[in-house]
Amino acid sequence: MKKYQLGEFEEIVILTVGVLYKEAYGVSIKKEIEARLSRSVSMGALHTALKRLESKGYIKSFDGEVTEDRAGRPRKYFQITALGKKAMEYSRSTRDELWKSIPKVALDVKMVG
Amino acid sequence: MKSYPPKFFLRFFRWFCHPEMVAHIEGDMMELYAERLRSTGKRKADIKFILDVVLLCRPGIIRPITLEHNINQYAMVKSYFKVGWRNMLRNKGYSAINISGLAIGMAVALLIGLWVFDELTFNKHFKNYDRIVQVMQHQTYNGEIGTQVSNPAVMAEEIRNVYGSDFKHVLQSSWNFSHILTYGENIFADPGSYFEPGVIDMLSLNIVHGTKDGLKEMNSILLSESVAKKIFGNEDPINKMLRLDNAVDVKVTAVYEDIPQNTSFRELKIIMPWSLYLSQNAWIQKMNDPWDSNFTQTYAQLNENADVEAVSRRIKDVKFNRQQEEDKRYKATVFLHPMGKWHLYSDFKDGINTGGQIDNVWLFSITGIFVLLLACINFMNLSTARSEKRSKEVGIRKSIGSVRSQLILQFFSESILIALLAFVLAIGLGFLALPAFNTVAGKQITIPWNLPVFWLIGLGFTLITGLFAGVYPALFLSSFHPVKVLKGSFKQGRMASLPRQVLVTVQFTISIVLIIGTIIVYKQIQYAQGRPMGYTVDGLVTTDVNPERHKHFEAIRNELKSSNAIVEMAESGSPITDVWNTNGGFDWEGKDPNLAVDFPNNGVTHEYGKTIGWQITAGRDFSRDFASDSSAFILNESAVTFIGLQDPVGKILKWNNRDFTIVGVVNDILVQSPYAPVRPAMWHITDDSENVFIIRLNPDKSAQESMAKVKEVFTKFDTTSPFSSTFVDEEFASKFGNEKRIGTLAAFFAILAVFISCLGLFGLASFVAEQRTKEIGIRKVMGASVRNLWQLLSKDFVILVIISSAMAIVFSYFFFTNWLQSYEYRTSVSWWIFASSAAGALVITLVTVSFQAIKAATSNPINSLRSE
Repeated sequence: MKKYQLGEFEEIVILTVGVLYKEAYGVSIKKEIEARLSRSVSMGALHTALKRLESKGYIKSFDGEVTEDRAGRPRKYFQITALGKKAMEYSRSTRDELWKSIPKVALDVKMVG
Repeated sequence: MKSYPPKFFLRFFRWFCHPEMVAHIEGDMMELYAERLRSTGKRKADIKFILDVVLLCRPGIIRPITLEHNINQYAMVKSYFKVGWRNMLRNKGYSAINISGLAIGMAVALLIGLWVFDELTFNKHFKNYDRIVQVMQHQTYNGEIGTQVSNPAVMAEEIRNVYGSDFKHVLQSSWNFSHILTYGENIFADPGSYFEPGVIDMLSLNIVHGTKDGLKEMNSILLSESVAKKIFGNEDPINKMLRLDNAVDVKVTAVYEDIPQNTSFRELKIIMPWSLYLSQNAWIQKMNDPWDSNFTQTYAQLNENADVEAVSRRIKDVKFNRQQEEDKRYKATVFLHPMGKWHLYSDFKDGINTGGQIDNVWLFSITGIFVLLLACINFMNLSTARSEKRSKEVGIRKSIGSVRSQLILQFFSESILIALLAFVLAIGLGFLALPAFNTVAGKQITIPWNLPVFWLIGLGFTLITGLFAGVYPALFLSSFHPVKVLKGSFKQGRMASLPRQVLVTVQFTISIVLIIGTIIVYKQIQYAQGRPMGYTVDGLVTTDVNPERHKHFEAIRNELKSSNAIVEMAESGSPITDVWNTNGGFDWEGKDPNLAVDFPNNGVTHEYGKTIGWQITAGRDFSRDFASDSSAFILNESAVTFIGLQDPVGKILKWNNRDFTIVGVVNDILVQSPYAPVRPAMWHITDDSENVFIIRLNPDKSAQESMAKVKEVFTKFDTTSPFSSTFVDEEFASKFGNEKRIGTLAAFFAILAVFISCLGLFGLASFVAEQRTKEIGIRKVMGASVRNLWQLLSKDFVILVIISSAMAIVFSYFFFTNWLQSYEYRTSVSWWIFASSAAGALVITLVTVSFQAIKAATSNPINSLRSE
């Protein structure tokens, strides 16, 4: 169980990194999450999560191009590693297990009510 | 127009953010900011930016307090030392000059430091250092206040009785002088004093054998460990009997650990009870007025919380209150002199403590600092002079990202490296020079190898020296502009060498002042030594009188005279070179009744004048033909002038209400300080046992032969004590001890200062010659002669030395004229001293510089022009 640690926000971030594939860097990840989940994401939270994911080895980064808007600072792109993929799969499979294990009755309550 | 986010917050972010993350996070923020700027305007974008910065303040992003950075710093410093070391090896000549100059300076500082430490810790050995005092008194004679340590023998007792509550101990003691100890067949002579019993506790003497109550028995003696060992070897000394001064048998009751050298009691090798002193000198207790005569000393230890000043004020009239009416005009004021001041503050003038040895401590400390300063200046000059060579290095370092503070650190680490090497060398030099230094300074200093504090201070000083020597080069070199330096357009203008010239001038000013000082001190000594003595000093010998010798005076004299070993001999109360007795109580016709006089008044035998060879200027010498000479005086010329007699011979002079006839007048004889005028003095005839024999050897025979005979005859008539004697000229020469010491040390420092300065100059000259190689080559090709080139290269330095000479002359004229004022009999400060010192400095400079100049001037221009 303890094998793959992945927090809720971290999972969202790593999924977004996957969604963006080769275009995943700070600003694009932020926008993507904000657009898809309609929640605001602060730079601090995002970069903390990215750093944690990187230090766990779930994503890796490389420096990209410099644009004018960035005042000479390079973009840092993120990519999911093999370990990251395993962690994501693990997380997903545990949820599926849980979903499957829920008796139908339990979910019917609302419809009756 | 481009807008920027609030600068302050951007900077704040850069400051707190982890250095690894700062670049891309900042990039993201800038991108967002640009976007928001377009969509929402500057205000909102700014606010969001600030919010982002604040929200970024979280543990994952803030830089850790200890960065991996530190490890880099260490590697950097290591590389600084490495580069410094390689630089040093590459320029062996300069490094040698730098290190040896600094090492000599530091060795001097080390020796002086040890000496100052020794002086400042004088007497600190004693546990009760803070509370031990000596009871002293001021008395007024002839309108002048004199200060003395000698007290009446009843002083301690009186203070104990009247003011006892302030003191733990008040102890009377005799003078410290040599005593004869006889053990069986063996005779020894060792210095010591009679003391009251509290001395063991007061001086916290460490009793090795025996009892602490040893001094309470009258016929006892305490020996120091070294004396006990000398007399008894490996025997147990306790309860052994010794004969003291051939007069009384005493029992060894205790042995104490030797008192260390740098204390006032270093000569206290044996201690005898005060009660024994009183019983041996029965007259003390039979004196009509025990307060009339000062012939002993008084030491005391104050109570825990007593204040020296306050107690001094309380006891000031202790003697005055007990004196007879007629003696009250001397205004005796008793005071306490604390142990901390005995050694360094021993001089009094008009009743005020005026310093003493502390002046020398200051003098030497300042000299030491100056010598070290000279060495530091060498370092500064050579480093900055060579800066052009290293300017490329500085340029490259700066362009690959070195900031100024790193370069400063680099140059500091180089100077500290050199200072450390110099320190090692200085320890070696100091160790080698210490024995010679001890001889000159009259000390027994050792390097405290095992004392951590010594190493700490030594290394601390090295660090400070390194920093001080490195500060100017570091600031100067690190200020280079990389573009200029690397483009090759970097040329130091005239202004760049100005600080260097100032420093050279300072160096030579100090050196020349030291040279002038040395010459003046020596001239003053010579002058005083060459002063007419008023008697013939060659061939005069003195030895101590004791009762046995006194009894056989006539026999000894006759035998020595008939054997032709001596011409004449006499007994005298004082040695010729000192005054051991002064008297008041004189009266003469027309004397101002309020005048309190105090004259050296020496009791002698009839042959005294003939022995020393004084010159009678009026009247006659003492003679055995006149029985009336038992109440006659011979005065010196100063005394005649002082008293104001027109025709002194035959006049009556009253002494203690007894009439004495003045039978003769002699020339002024130099007795005490060779720097002070001769005091009014007088001589009278006495039959009592006096203190010294004065013997005039036969000038026609060798002194060695005569002395052998003298010794033989003395030991024949006196088997009780060992014979030892001193030549009067040696005794006289010892009066110059202090001045000679200052002179020798000043000469020593002057030579070192000149040497260090020349070392620096040598380095500078070789650098200049090297720098101007091409110029010299071209000049030679164009036809310049060696002489032209030599002039060209030497001129700059010669000008500097001339400026230094001028400054040094002005300074030393004022300083040394002032110094000479402290001597009443003094040499003049004449112009040739300044002229010769300046000329000497100039010659030394020329020799130093010429070596390089001529080498450069004679080199083949092909070699210098072909390079590149």
